[in-house]
Amino acid sequence: MRRLELVGWTAVAIVLSALAIPWFLWGNATTVVGLPLWLWWHVGWMLLAAVVFHYFARRAWGIGIETDGGAIGGESP
Amino acid sequence: MSATLQLGIIVGYLLLALAVGLVAYRLTDRTAEDFYLASRTLGTVVLLFTTFATLLSAFTFFAGPNVAYRQGPEWVLVMGLMDGIIFAILWYVVGYKQWLLGREHGYVTLGEMLGDRFASTRLRGLVAGISLLWLFPYVMLQQAGAGTALEALTDGTVPYAVGAGLITAFMILYVVVAGMRGIAWTDTLQGLFMLVTTWIAMIWVLAAVGGPTAATAALEAEAAQYLALGSDHYTPQWMLSTAIVIGFGVAMFPQVNQRFFAAGSRTVLKRSFALWPILCVALFVPAFMLGAWARGLDVTVSEGGNVLPAVLAEYTPIWFAALVIAGAMAAMMSSSDSMLLSGSSYFTRDIYRPYLERDASARREDLIARAGVVVFATAAFLGSLLEPATLFELGDAAFSGFAQLALPVLVALYWRGTTRTGITAGIAASQGFYLANLFVGTIVGGLEVVGLAPVVGEIAPALIAVVTTVFQGSYLGWSAGIVGMAVGLVVTVGVSLVTTPAADERRAIYFEGLGAD
Repeated sequence: MRRLELVGWTAVAIVLSALAIPWFLWGNATTVVGLPLWLWWHVGWMLLAAVVFHYFARRAWGIGIETDGGAIGGESP
Repeated sequence: MSATLQLGIIVGYLLLALAVGLVAYRLTDRTAEDFYLASRTLGTVVLLFTTFATLLSAFTFFAGPNVAYRQGPEWVLVMGLMDGIIFAILWYVVGYKQWLLGREHGYVTLGEMLGDRFASTRLRGLVAGISLLWLFPYVMLQQAGAGTALEALTDGTVPYAVGAGLITAFMILYVVVAGMRGIAWTDTLQGLFMLVTTWIAMIWVLAAVGGPTAATAALEAEAAQYLALGSDHYTPQWMLSTAIVIGFGVAMFPQVNQRFFAAGSRTVLKRSFALWPILCVALFVPAFMLGAWARGLDVTVSEGGNVLPAVLAEYTPIWFAALVIAGAMAAMMSSSDSMLLSGSSYFTRDIYRPYLERDASARREDLIARAGVVVFATAAFLGSLLEPATLFELGDAAFSGFAQLALPVLVALYWRGTTRTGITAGIAASQGFYLANLFVGTIVGGLEVVGLAPVVGEIAPALIAVVTTVFQGSYLGWSAGIVGMAVGLVVTVGVSLVTTPAADERRAIYFEGLGAD
């Protein structure tokens, strides 16, 4: 179970890194309220990353690192 | 008027910093651990902003907007990925583990942590030596930058050597007195100041030119290609190479890496981690968009000059421009003082003490630590006066150089199978690969000289061909830095697999007793 959780969080980390730059908007020059659309994506993505990091810190902090078990999950931050 | 004002602001800032340092000094225990790590007590805001200010300071103010001005605003994305995401993940993966280990075993430096696990004073010295090889010229660049800026600001009244010397003297005084606690406190002021002034600057300039839509329309008229994502400069390979290499490099930079040991608690690390991407994007967007917009506005930037001061001079009152420029100079110093402190700790703990004075008392080590700061800063100052080209080249490449340490260290932290020979070979191979790429011209030059000699001369052309093929600087668009990291990873793992661990290695130390409390 814990191993599955670790794999899941690793996947989240990779996705967060992979899409911080919106590759699918390559060459796109659309602007919205004076800023390029790709910049808006990036700003939104960073906010999403902060939310995900916050959730990780509350729920899964210690995973893959702490060794004496029981420390992850229900503990309050 | 402007120069006097700027000097006044700089001096005012220095006095404020000194006052903060004196308060910190009164709270200090006279031990090396307190001097280097503030006894591992930093809180969320202080840890967050001291890392932030140390990391970004002068670069964000000057170099970043310059890049956006000359190449386009995609730089926001590269820096966002590098610092906001990659470094944040390393903050957990490297930082939290280091923090736990540091608390458990009392480590102060990266080399100490590795040396203990692999029972190797030599590895400890190697890591410290490599770090100093990249750090020393980087500090030198900061001093040279400060000297040049002061000279320009005062129209030559304060010559380069005097400016750099005064700033070095102040930094020595400050670091020796204040230690980590004082530095972290002034960094916090610095980081907040940077964030607030950058936003005010952007709002001011946008108000003057009629809002972001108007500014972007002007940019489109001047350089429409800036608005489309990607260019000949910003290729996917280049963007990824830069973000990954610098992101990993930052985590191994001594003054940043050492902050992983300094957090007061687990909660401090958690909170800083979650706030990090927001802090990064909040600074990068206004700072770099100002640089990009300047391209479309009526701002004259001299060849090789900085964009931000030119924009501010054009659109904001003189006192505000002076405030920002003075802040940037002060920021340069706030990065340097952290580097001095870390550099001195690497030198005293990992090189001086293990080799020269094994059983120094805590009080004595504290004295040696402070003396180390003086030696390190003075040597870097003398170096900046001579302006040797080789050292400048090393300083410019420092982030990539530090990045070469990251993967061997990560492998050691997370894989029990890592052997002393494996990690040593991995570190040596990636450093060797990257340095050879950096100095390929010198190597080829050397081989050409050898080529003039009889007998050996015959194989020289073949050797030159091999060297220029292996160390070609760019590999299908990927940088030598990222290829070197891969070399380090492969060699560390490969050599570990084929060697057996030495009997005295403490293989379990990174995997046992790492609890939450």
